[in-house]
Amino acid sequence: MGISFREVSHTYRPPRGRPVLALENVSLDVREREFLALLGPSGCGKSTLLYLLGGFLPVEAGTITVGGRPVSGPGPDRGIVFQNFALFPWKTVRQNILYGLEKQRLPRAAREKRAQDLIELVHLRGFENSYPAQLSGGMKQRVAIARTLAIDPAILLMDEPFGALDAQTRALMHEELLAIIRRTPKTVVFVTHDVREAVYLADRVAVMSARPGRIKEIVDTSFGGERGSEIAGTREFTEKVEHLWGLVRNEAIIAQERQGS
Amino acid sequence: MKSTLTRYTPLLLLAVLWEIAPRLGFIDPQTLPPLSAVVRAWIGLLRDGDLATNGLSSLQNLVAGLALGIVVGVVLGISMAWYRPVEVLINPLIRVLYPLPRSALIPVMILWFGLGAASKIAAVFLGCLLPVVIGAFNGARGVEQVLIWSALAAGAKRHQVLWEVVLPAAMPEILAGIRNALALSFILLVAAEFIISQRGMGYLISSYGEGGAYDAMFAGVLTVSAVGFFADRAYLALMGWALRWRG
Repeated sequence: MGISFREVSHTYRPPRGRPVLALENVSLDVREREFLALLGPSGCGKSTLLYLLGGFLPVEAGTITVGGRPVSGPGPDRGIVFQNFALFPWKTVRQNILYGLEKQRLPRAAREKRAQDLIELVHLRGFENSYPAQLSGGMKQRVAIARTLAIDPAILLMDEPFGALDAQTRALMHEELLAIIRRTPKTVVFVTHDVREAVYLADRVAVMSARPGRIKEIVDTSFGGERGSEIAGTREFTEKVEHLWGLVRNEAIIAQERQGS
Repeated sequence: MKSTLTRYTPLLLLAVLWEIAPRLGFIDPQTLPPLSAVVRAWIGLLRDGDLATNGLSSLQNLVAGLALGIVVGVVLGISMAWYRPVEVLINPLIRVLYPLPRSALIPVMILWFGLGAASKIAAVFLGCLLPVVIGAFNGARGVEQVLIWSALAAGAKRHQVLWEVVLPAAMPEILAGIRNALALSFILLVAAEFIISQRGMGYLISSYGEGGAYDAMFAGVLTVSAVGFFADRAYLALMGWALRWRG
């Protein structure tokens, strides 16, 4: 399913203090089965854009459509993975993964089978009955990915999903994510502030400006359909990273100066 | 094994002191009968059924008041966190009632519900309500937004989110509130039974005290303390099991 943002603006109204314009006139199209990274400095509204698409925040100005239909709330067509995993801590690994499946009205045996398949897919066999508190950060995020994949959403929303992980775990998770998407192709919208991560994973990178967030530039990073380690060392890869870093750097400086003032 | 021994050594010393101090005349045996006399009186109370009748009555009222307090408290606390109008309505009342000594309500309960079990249950209920409401409110309000969003994204309805996410996420604070309520329930029930002197452990303690049978009075006091202590221990074990996921 394709996604379309048209003139989307969003204002945060904190209970105390002045309203903050987080997004201003964002227009953007994400093609079906495309991996799009939203790249920008912290506080630029990229997560807000994702939450609007997820249906977690009301779309107040502009329109967001998924498969041609306007977003009016959360739905199982759009699965989401958060930075801090957002696992249900009182549920075991298996119960977390089963949660979405229970909402899908699958027969019990089919649910159990699918949960077991997903546990295998994210390499968590042997940890089915562990609680999240007993797992490492990387394992938690694999559970969260499995829980989201369980309901087989056409669109995968990822909100800095590897930002809380150490560098080595993050590198491994990149490989796993690419392998998973190769097996079950999806439209992915991936929020990050890590330039290399964006170029490494995405087909296209949309760079956002400092607040209020706007789309500043969209850079093609498809490398003829190749991704990940196939492209990581190439000269083109380095050039894209440097180009994008230049764009983000300016915005980060603007954001920082504004914070300081 | 050794730590258990160390833990109970002070209690053992207290028991020995309790036995010998009145016997050696350091304390008037009328003021504090020796422990052995209290134990003998306890066995007497057990034999003639006094302990069973009054203990059972207390237990029934305690469980009724506490259960009511837990159910209403959890519903109220979570509603306050989930529905803004409920919070606006209830929160000021809680702030006003919080510093009120709970036992001050007992005469009011007697006025409303008469000299009977209903007043005792009402007193326990009201005393237990606030810690549970506050626990449930804070617990439910502190639920991470992303947990709720995760459930909604998986296809949960709003009322399902309340039951499947908000309640379990609030459970640690709810259970801590209930532990306070448990301790309060003993205090309130015994206090109510002092005033509504018909039956119950509070009645047993006060009536033997007034009758000058101090060994039996102390036997009643000891029983209530012991039951309170073991109830708390058992509750802690239950709480540890229910929250085993916290790792």
